[in-house]
Amino acid sequence: MRPLTSDFLMQTTTADGSSTHELAQSYIKPNDRLESFERLEIYNRQYWFRVIGAVAEDYPGLQAVLGDKPFDRLVLEYLKENPSTSFTLRNLGSKLPQWLEGHPEFAPNRHDLILDVARLEWAYVEAFDGGSVPALLGSDFSSLGAESLLFLQPHLQLLSLKYPVDELVLAVHRETSPSDMMSNAVSERKQLHKMRLPKMRRSSVYLAVHRYENSVYYRRIDREAFRLFAALQRGTPLGLALEEAFLESVLSAEDQAATIQQCFAHASELGWFCKQRDE
Amino acid sequence: MPPNRFNGFCDYGVGIGLRVPHYDHIFAEKPVVDWFEIISENYMIDGGRALYTLDQILDRYRVVQHGVSMYFGSAQPADREHLKRLKALTRRTKTPWLSDHLCWGSVDGRYTHDLLPMPYTFEAVRATASRIREVQDFLEIPIAAENVSSYAEFHQSEMTEWEFLNEVVEAADCGILLDVNNIYVSSQNHGFDPFDYVNNIPAERVAQIHIAGHSKFEKYILDTHDHPVLDPVWRLYARAIERTGPTATLLEWDDNIPSFQEVHTEALKAMQYLDPSFTSNIPGDSVGAPTLEVVQS
Repeated sequence: MRPLTSDFLMQTTTADGSSTHELAQSYIKPNDRLESFERLEIYNRQYWFRVIGAVAEDYPGLQAVLGDKPFDRLVLEYLKENPSTSFTLRNLGSKLPQWLEGHPEFAPNRHDLILDVARLEWAYVEAFDGGSVPALLGSDFSSLGAESLLFLQPHLQLLSLKYPVDELVLAVHRETSPSDMMSNAVSERKQLHKMRLPKMRRSSVYLAVHRYENSVYYRRIDREAFRLFAALQRGTPLGLALEEAFLESVLSAEDQAATIQQCFAHASELGWFCKQRDE
Repeated sequence: MPPNRFNGFCDYGVGIGLRVPHYDHIFAEKPVVDWFEIISENYMIDGGRALYTLDQILDRYRVVQHGVSMYFGSAQPADREHLKRLKALTRRTKTPWLSDHLCWGSVDGRYTHDLLPMPYTFEAVRATASRIREVQDFLEIPIAAENVSSYAEFHQSEMTEWEFLNEVVEAADCGILLDVNNIYVSSQNHGFDPFDYVNNIPAERVAQIHIAGHSKFEKYILDTHDHPVLDPVWRLYARAIERTGPTATLLEWDDNIPSFQEVHTEALKAMQYLDPSFTSNIPGDSVGAPTLEVVQS
């Protein structure tokens, strides 16, 4: 579907250059107040307001960093290439982080930063309503060996970031109240208030975005823990996952053992290890 | 309330939509509400707070599911993943009936997330009825098709909207969710008498009624669900109840949502039509107060 004009009106020509007026007249009756074009335009405008609004709701941090107009341009370009293919609006922004990797033009000097923000904000969505499976109990761990597969909660998202954007996104979320409901009514797009954002300096951060008692948390983890959980998430057996975690690590054997113990203690406490999910 | 086979023979009164801004009030005050309507798509997810909250509501209240994306009028067969998730949710909520819209909204796997009007043709009747039957057979609960508000009419139409609705529900053997606000909005946008609509639907198939507020602009009316119900809509509702008998009724209020009490009080105005002996005991209740229409620029 062609985007609106800069005045939020329907384009007067179609993608192939023919007249939208004539196209509308061929299908839609005019009435005593509105031409066919104007009646079609009501739907055309609502379509774009609705889909742009749906994506914007999932990325308030990205909007705050970019500013309203550049953000709207970005979302529009994204939606032109990634229209909805799902019955639910929930998934409309799912491809944005990956799409953004190939589009540095929206913030050439801050591309890595906005990419990190987008990744974290989508991880929040996945953690918010992703599935959960009964957690493993203490007794389940006693039979584990090097060949064992350990499963992680479906809602757990692991991120390797170049900026500490968790601070930024948390600051934005404190200022915005999520509207997580869809309805069949015509609605208006809500605008974000201007807010002061924390300054971002480049530094590697590893995050586990997870849900605990129905709230989403961003937990910073160290590099070795990230590599261990990421390997387990890919289905790597426990022994190999541990090897992968400490590959190129400068930690002593003693510190490695302590790290492993700490990783497992925290993950078990938070219920990250779970039974295999039903497919 | 005379129940019928299109609403699972349920004797439901006046309900309101379950909305996030009201959660705190509902859990703290545990108000008496006959039933809540949920938007199915908000709960067709894998886990998290929304489902947890829904389960708490289900422990205490009756819930009916209303969908916004089944698109009975779309040409393709229904999405199986959608149907599976919807069925799982119906098992969870034990909804006695399920409603969605008489519209289209998807084509070739692309979704508009809008309730688009249909050309009222006999070909569309056949295709739409077939899809409703498919959904009804899969879900194994009664389906009610809701009339939408619309802003456009097609040259190809071969009948009025209410004739189309009648043809579809007869062919699909399903119920009707009669939205009297949508009838009013469309009547103003297309220039027909809304009472002709209400007087010509098969009253015995009405499973549920929707009431809502709308916004009037200079050249058309928009279905915004962000106002109290306006007087012309109450008059249509009164006529609908005359024809159907007391029927499960729901107030939709989806934007600029006021307090729980304000929404519930507005919904309970319907009781004066459903049960003339009803007197509200809600403080500040203003049953029967007229609500005037304001033209927006």
